[in-house]
Amino acid sequence: MRKCRGGRMWILRFGRYLRGAPSGGASYWGGLFPGRRFTQAASGGSDGRQEAAGDPRRRGRVYQNPTWQHVEQRPLPEKKVTVEVLDHLERLALVDFRNWEGVQRLEKAIQFADQLHAVNTEGVEPMDSVLEDRCLYLREDNITEGNCTEELLQNARETVEEYFVAPPGNIPLPKLEERDTFLQVSE
Amino acid sequence: MLRVSLREISAALKEGRVSPTELCQRCLSFIKATKFLNAYITVAEETALKQAEESEERYRRGQILGDLDGIPVAVKDNFSTAGIETTCASNMLKGYIPPYNATVVKKLLDQGAVLLGKTNLDEFAMGSGSTDGIFGPVRNPWSYSRQYREKSVHNSHTENEDSNWLVTGGSSGGSAAAVSSFTCFAALGSDTGGSTRNPAAHCGVVGLKPTYGLISRHGLIPLVNSMDVPGILTRCVDDAAIVLGVLAGHDPKDSTTVQDPFKPFELTNFIDASKLCIGIPKEYHAPGLSSETLALWSKAADLFENAGAKVIEVSLPHTRYSIICYHVLCTAEVASNMARFDGLEYGHRSSMDKSTEVMYAATRREGFNDVVRGRILSGNYFLLKQNYETYFIKAQKVRRLIANDFVNVFRSGIDVLLTPTTLSDTIPYVEFIKEDNRTRSVQDDIFTQAANMAGLPAITVPTALSEKGLPIGLQFIGRAFQEQQLLTVAKWFEKQVKFPMIQLQGLMDYSHTVCQHQKSAFFS
Repeated sequence: MRKCRGGRMWILRFGRYLRGAPSGGASYWGGLFPGRRFTQAASGGSDGRQEAAGDPRRRGRVYQNPTWQHVEQRPLPEKKVTVEVLDHLERLALVDFRNWEGVQRLEKAIQFADQLHAVNTEGVEPMDSVLEDRCLYLREDNITEGNCTEELLQNARETVEEYFVAPPGNIPLPKLEERDTFLQVSE
Repeated sequence: MLRVSLREISAALKEGRVSPTELCQRCLSFIKATKFLNAYITVAEETALKQAEESEERYRRGQILGDLDGIPVAVKDNFSTAGIETTCASNMLKGYIPPYNATVVKKLLDQGAVLLGKTNLDEFAMGSGSTDGIFGPVRNPWSYSRQYREKSVHNSHTENEDSNWLVTGGSSGGSAAAVSSFTCFAALGSDTGGSTRNPAAHCGVVGLKPTYGLISRHGLIPLVNSMDVPGILTRCVDDAAIVLGVLAGHDPKDSTTVQDPFKPFELTNFIDASKLCIGIPKEYHAPGLSSETLALWSKAADLFENAGAKVIEVSLPHTRYSIICYHVLCTAEVASNMARFDGLEYGHRSSMDKSTEVMYAATRREGFNDVVRGRILSGNYFLLKQNYETYFIKAQKVRRLIANDFVNVFRSGIDVLLTPTTLSDTIPYVEFIKEDNRTRSVQDDIFTQAANMAGLPAITVPTALSEKGLPIGLQFIGRAFQEQQLLTVAKWFEKQVKFPMIQLQGLMDYSHTVCQHQKSAFFS
């Protein structure tokens, strides 16, 4: 406790700190993060300082027991991942599931991702990039390099003169019934 | 001689105690001797010797290019290297020889470094064990260390000596194994969710993930554009600072690098710990954390406190959701990034050519393994119109919450956060493969990927050996672009803990035994 200074106490009063935070104030990030959006989400901050002295769960500053537990994942509602959706995904991604294991992998992934819905994100803007507050560099639209046709063509398997050769296009993948895919078997 | 740090070998080169070609040859022969580790996919012997000769010429003329001149380094196989096959451990890019160098590779070569070869990884850097590439899994050098063998003498059955080897962690396992087994002095990895720090902790080396935007990603075959960074693996923190000084800085070819000028720095030996404020995020005591790691974490906190630093418990409330958020964003970006592999311009191309779509589908079926295909399909699912809002946008919002957690903590005066890097020390391969790739990633990345979400720099420092004689590392997370502060703290910590050097005397004997039997068995 002797290390505790008055100024440090407020980081533990998490909720109060969040609500009172100014926007656009001086920040250590130098404008990297806007700090303009704070949520009212449960802070989970504790009065660890008070607990530290006499709390048998702690030694020093590190909690001796896990502070949270994995949530048991709810099974997917039936019919969430239908054969139509699977077929649609195979077409979009142009990769195949190959077997039941592949489908189960997807179902587990969705189950896992469903846990996100427990987080309260009201009023929060989505974040595309951590560098969102900076003006990133765009160079001038001038040609500065090129003339490497031969090098680039070397890596392609089928070329004719300076062209990459592709099979005929504008032909959609065959329908599920006509395609050689595991999904057809599963129907 | 190979066991010294980069700084020491650089001094030896400058003083003429060893020549670059001699050093290169020694490293190459040691790579051959440690082939069973499977750390390297491609060993660029001829080009390495040529580079070493050129370096020797420069030393003779007294015109060296810098601290890295003549130093053998290795690069993970998802960095493009001109003239050297770059495969990402995948059938899709087998035989692909890039026509250009990645910026980081170019910077290393411009400084005179000698590129020994490309190291093994999980396919397309997806995984946390370096076990899922087409060239086979990477073995942890610590499996053959005296420290581990002595402790496991009661459990080992000598006839099964070879089957109980340990995983390196991933996905930059090859780079970590290469540095840890003294075949090179520094290695490049990539870090998207902890792929540099995880194997670094398991192999007992230093793994640095710089701030997102500090080092150029041009030439790094992308996994997740908003979280990827090139990572640096070295044997000590000083070496990491040297390599960082060479690599960091704006690159006109990568618009996600920041334009702020970067000044390479040298780390001081002394810090005034009383001015430091260390944060201990309480949510990082996650379920599954081993008691040994916990004990080390507590000891480290006490170490800082006894030195006079302020050690404060802080809260990052959204920690438990960060792995889920990462899972959604990662698969979504992967689905997008893997769309470029269609077989037309480079890489594997299927022979089915009824139509373009059929050819694409067949190429991708043949080129990708289960893990990659699984992530692409999951990503496409989350990006479907009906799911976009509920999954992808939601994950982006949660990402902002996580990033804000860090902002708040650092704004309150914390300089550096101290956390474990992994749940426990490394485990045998036969144990590791009992769970699938996604489950393992979820378990192993739990402490490391929040730093990728927020774009913050983080470094893992090998701290101590576990009861089994295996390395455990602790992680420091710093403020964005404050690598100097982060590395200074890490260096001080490294000096205090005095992590033991791996004792690989048995390795040479083992490799002779291996020579007598069929080596090919290890690559099955």
